[in-house]
Formats: sequence, structure tokens, C-alpha cells
Amino acid sequence: MSNYLKFLLEFLIFPGLVFVAIIGLLLSWLDRKISARLQWRVGPPWYQCFADIIKLFGKETIIPQGRKLIFLLAPIVSAISVILISVLLYNANFYPQCSFLGDIILVIYLLALPPLMTILGASASKNPLSSVGASREMTLYFAYELPFVIVTILLIMKAHGSIRLFELINYQKTHGAYLYSISGVITFIIYLFTMQAKLGYVPFDIAEAEQEIMAGVYTEYSGFALAMFKLTKAMLLFVFPMFIITLVWGGINSISTLWKFAIIFILTVLVKNTNPRVRIDQALKFFWLGMTPLAILGLILGLYKL
Amino acid sequence: MSKRIVPIGPYHPLQEEPEFFKLIVEGETVVDIEINIGYNHRGHEFLSPSLTYDQIPFLVERICGICSNSHPLAFVLAVEDMAHIKVPERALYIRTIVHELERIHSHLLWIGLAGHFIGYNTIWMWAWRYREPVLDLFEMITGNRNHYAMNKVGGVRRNIYHDQISHIEKVLDLVESKVSMLTKAVLDDPVLHARLKGIGILSKEAAISYGVVGPTARASGVAIDVRKDDPHCAYDKVEWDIVVEEAGDIFAKAKVRLLECFESIKIIRQCLKNLPDTPIEIRIEELPAGEGIGRTEAPRGEVFHYIRGNGSHHPVRHKVRAPSYMNLPSNEVTVKGHSIADAALCLAAIDPCYCCTERVAVFEDGKLKYTWNDLLLFSWKKTEQIRARLRK
Repeated sequence: MSNYLKFLLEFLIFPGLVFVAIIGLLLSWLDRKISARLQWRVGPPWYQCFADIIKLFGKETIIPQGRKLIFLLAPIVSAISVILISVLLYNANFYPQCSFLGDIILVIYLLALPPLMTILGASASKNPLSSVGASREMTLYFAYELPFVIVTILLIMKAHGSIRLFELINYQKTHGAYLYSISGVITFIIYLFTMQAKLGYVPFDIAEAEQEIMAGVYTEYSGFALAMFKLTKAMLLFVFPMFIITLVWGGINSISTLWKFAIIFILTVLVKNTNPRVRIDQALKFFWLGMTPLAILGLILGLYKL
Repeated sequence: MSKRIVPIGPYHPLQEEPEFFKLIVEGETVVDIEINIGYNHRGHEFLSPSLTYDQIPFLVERICGICSNSHPLAFVLAVEDMAHIKVPERALYIRTIVHELERIHSHLLWIGLAGHFIGYNTIWMWAWRYREPVLDLFEMITGNRNHYAMNKVGGVRRNIYHDQISHIEKVLDLVESKVSMLTKAVLDDPVLHARLKGIGILSKEAAISYGVVGPTARASGVAIDVRKDDPHCAYDKVEWDIVVEEAGDIFAKAKVRLLECFESIKIIRQCLKNLPDTPIEIRIEELPAGEGIGRTEAPRGEVFHYIRGNGSHHPVRHKVRAPSYMNLPSNEVTVKGHSIADAALCLAAIDPCYCCTERVAVFEDGKLKYTWNDLLLFSWKKTEQIRARLRK
């Protein structure tokens, strides 16, 4: 019983919903503030993102004709998946006994859920703009997932084929972080671009390109459902860098996590602000013809322990 | 693959004004486009005959908030053509200065918007930041950031004083350095090359047959510019070149606009140096009956005003043709075959301005009630009625 209670507390309070939501919203404020300063604007006050979410929760949720259940469940499932990743990462880093066989595969699956749910929810709304957005999101997902999985296999291979998060962290504790090798750098770069695409940041904000297809996948969303999607993105802004640090930069249970996180975060914001949006076919080419060969190169280098 | 409709407009985040492009798409590819305008008809041509010649510049200024010097300038040129008025030299130079400042601010505005359209919000904010000093110059010279109210029949309303000149030159230096920085940033960015080159090509033949004007034509290799073809103001007294690009794609359009900023700065510098010492207006006692045309090169292309007067204080007919009216139909060529992402860019690349383009359109139950031919028929009937009344 206490196990369930412990999990429930972890899921709801720390490191789950409340914690990740607060940190995530603060980070997305920071992102907006830095972007604003880069663009000679003032930027919003720190509570702006909270105000946005609270306001959206108070608004009416308009449900379009179509698959109503899927439409409403999609944002909830994607938010839950991100919270679960946070709990898994936290436990793997701080309580090794909680890390179980195959949890890294579970994390990869959970990371796939937000885009999949976005596609499902957008398609369920039957809006032509949403369906264009959904097809773009799907293409983008297929584009970045390939190099992403290849380099993750590389990491697993380096840790003697273990598919436990804890073993990966442990391996880095004894042998030094993956990042300090050539294949590790390649992994890091691919992870960064994957993060950019998963967060829907420029240059990969193709699925919700407002100037082309209004809000794209989110066109029909309003009220709490939209808030959940926004919350998902905000939480992912915190969870994905943590995932990167756990996998390639030596785990998150030391104070150096702070500056590691800051570097990843600032790189993301800088890329976001210094690039135009690419076209969907260009994004596909970038990931399949650019990043995938790079990932395979990393795999080969990894075989030779470089 | 089944055809679907992706609507851009009547309210859409792409552009700030009401317009409606019906994109007919197969998957992501645009196969056809339907262009509907007419959401913002305000009846300027009808209002104009009820006002006096002194009031009309303020009215036509409000046709467009961005070309708010081009329309009054074209109007006063038309009236001066009708009444054969010779405007003092200094007024001509001041008109040229304000007109070219307007071009700089309009082109910078477009560069910013273009950045916004491809999701490059940093370029957007930076371009608009460096547009700000130009607007401050306007405030200093004319008293307003927009709607300058500088032109009047027979001259200009405000002088440029000697102590303002050094300040204008200082701001011009600043703007020039910033625009060259922006130009470098735009022309050297590989991602921008990938997004803009070879997209939305308007061939020279198509440009001529659609009769496009302004930077849209010049980017397709058609060297037309009213400032050279029909010199007015002080354009024949200063040294400058027409910027022409051959490619016809969006990148060429951006390049033409960026390089034109430098030409404008060149023109303003020469005007400030050679500012003649004459009065800035002449007093006009009476305007004769007759008709006149005025045309000038607005930032988006040729603005054309026609005036017919009967010797009274009011014109009897005032006709306006704004440049976007000519440029909009060319989207039929540029958009087809591209993805939605590129189509949105093509639509924006002509720097469309709807408030000056609007013509009347009657809708009933969401359907167009009168076609072009119906309206034409109405106007013929009306003309016949007027003729019959006059014959009595």
C-alpha cells in the first residue's frame, strides 16, 4: 500500500506534476524573456506563464464534432507521459534500486507519446488546418526519431548492452561521461536537434506554423485541453534536458547539473531565435540525410570506443 | 489524392488585414488559388468629390497607413497637372525627401514582416527597431510618425530647416549601417537561401502580362519605375539607379527591397545637399475645369490618381489605382505547385496592402452576389441614367 502511496505522491507532487509544472512554466518564462531581450523587447513578468495556464483552465473548452473522447484524452495522456518520464529519471538517478530492466526503452516510448497524442488529437478535431498540421507533425516525428533511436542504441551499446537507466549512469560514473568522446558529442548534437523538434521550436515549429496554418495541430483546442498541451510543452522543456544530461552528461545527481542544464537551455533558445522556420521536406532531409548518417558514423565510432 | 481547401483569411495570422485566399490543396501542394478581396471597402473615391481640394490630401492619406505619402503626392500631382501649376523647387525637394524616407520605412517594415512570416521573429523585431529612427525623423520633419500631411496643392506644408539637416544626415548614417547589417544577415543566411531561393518565381513574361508594378516587377527583370519613367518632384535632378533583379523569386524580391533602401538614402542625401532656397508653396486662387493625372512610385509600385474638376472647389471624379491591385493577381502564377508553407510566403512577397486595394464586393449568404460583369453593367446603366438626366 505504501508503495502505491509513495508512487502517487511522487507522481503528483515531487518530482511529478506540481514540481515539473512549476519549473517548466518558470523555464518557459525564462525562454520568453531571453527571446524578448534578444529581440529588443521587454518580455513578460515571471508569472505570465502561470497566468496563461490558469486563465486557460478557467475558459470554456469547445469540443468540435468528431472523436470527442480522443480529442480530450490526447492532451491528458501527453501530460501524464511527460510527468512519468520525470519520475523515472528522478528515481533512476537518486534511487538506483527503483531503476528496472528496460526503463530506458519505456522512457523512449513515453517521449514518443506527446507528438503521437498531438497527431491523434489534431486528427480527431477534423479541422483541415489541423490535419495539415498533424501530417506535418507525423513527418517530423518520423524524421527525428530515426537518428534519435540510433544514437540511443549507441549509448546502450557502450554500457555493455544494458537497458537500465541506472547502469548507463553508473557506467558514466566510472568511465567518465559519454559527452567527452567524439561519438558522445555526435549524440549530444542529435539530442539537441531532437529536443528542438519535439518542443516545436523554430526551426522545427512546422506543425504549428501560425503564419501558414493558424495554430496547426492546436487550431481546435481551447480551455483546459489547450492548457494541458501548453503544460506538456513547458514540462518537456525541463524534462528533455534532464534526459540528455542523464544519458550523455553523467547523470543529474550532482550540483554541476545546474550549469549543464543552463548550457543546453541557452543553446536551445539561441537556435530558436537565430533561425527561420524550415519547410517540412527540408526538415525531413535534414534529419534523414544529415543527422542519420551522422548517427551511423557515431555508432561506428562508438564501436571503436571513440 | 483528394482536394481540400485551406483558407487563408478573411481573418488569419499571416496578414493583418482582411483578405481571403482560398488555397485548393492536394496533401501539402497547392494546385489552385482563388483570390477574394473586398472586405474593407471604404468608399474613398465616393467621398472625395464631397470634399474640397485642400481636404482631399488628408482623406487619400488614410487610404493606406504605410504609403501615406504616396497617395496625397499622386493626388496633388494630378491636381497640379489639371491646373498647370508650377511648384517651387524647394517644395519638390522636400516632397522627394519625405517620399524616399517613406520608402525606407516601408521596405524595412516588409523585411520585418517577411522575417515574421518564415518564423524568424528576431529579424522582425530588429528590422522594426531600425525602422524606428526613420519614424522619428518623420515626426521631426512633419510632426507625425504616420500620416504626414506634408503635401498640398501647390507645395508642401512644412519646411525643412537648416538645423534639422545635420540631424537627418546623422540618422541616415545610422540607418544605412543598420540596413547594411540586415542586408548581410539576410543575403548570407544559408537557411534563408534554402527557404527563399527558387520559390514563387514570377517570370519576366508573366510579370509583363499581369502588369505587375514596383519591386515585384523589378525583381522579375522588368525595369520599370515611375521615378525614372516619368520624372516628377526632384527625381530627375539627383543621381540614382533602378535596382533590378532577374530571378523573380522571393529572394530577389527581398534583395530588391533591401538594395532600394540604399538608393533612397542616396537620393535623400543629395536632396539635402542641394536644397534650393525658394518658398515652399505658392498661393493658388482658382482651379480651372479639366482633368489631370498624377502618378508616383509608392514603395509597392505605381500609384495612379485621376482627377476631373469642373472649376469648383470639388473634383467631380477621383479615381485611385493602388499598386497591390496590380500585384495581387500575379499570385495565381507564383503560388501554384508549391507547398502551403511556400504559398504563404509567396502571398506575402508582393508586399500586399489590402486597404488601398479594396474594391466593392457584394456577398449574400456567403456567396458573391454580383460578378465583375454585373457591376460593369450597373455602372453602364448608371452612366446612361446620368447622361439622360443631363440631356434634359
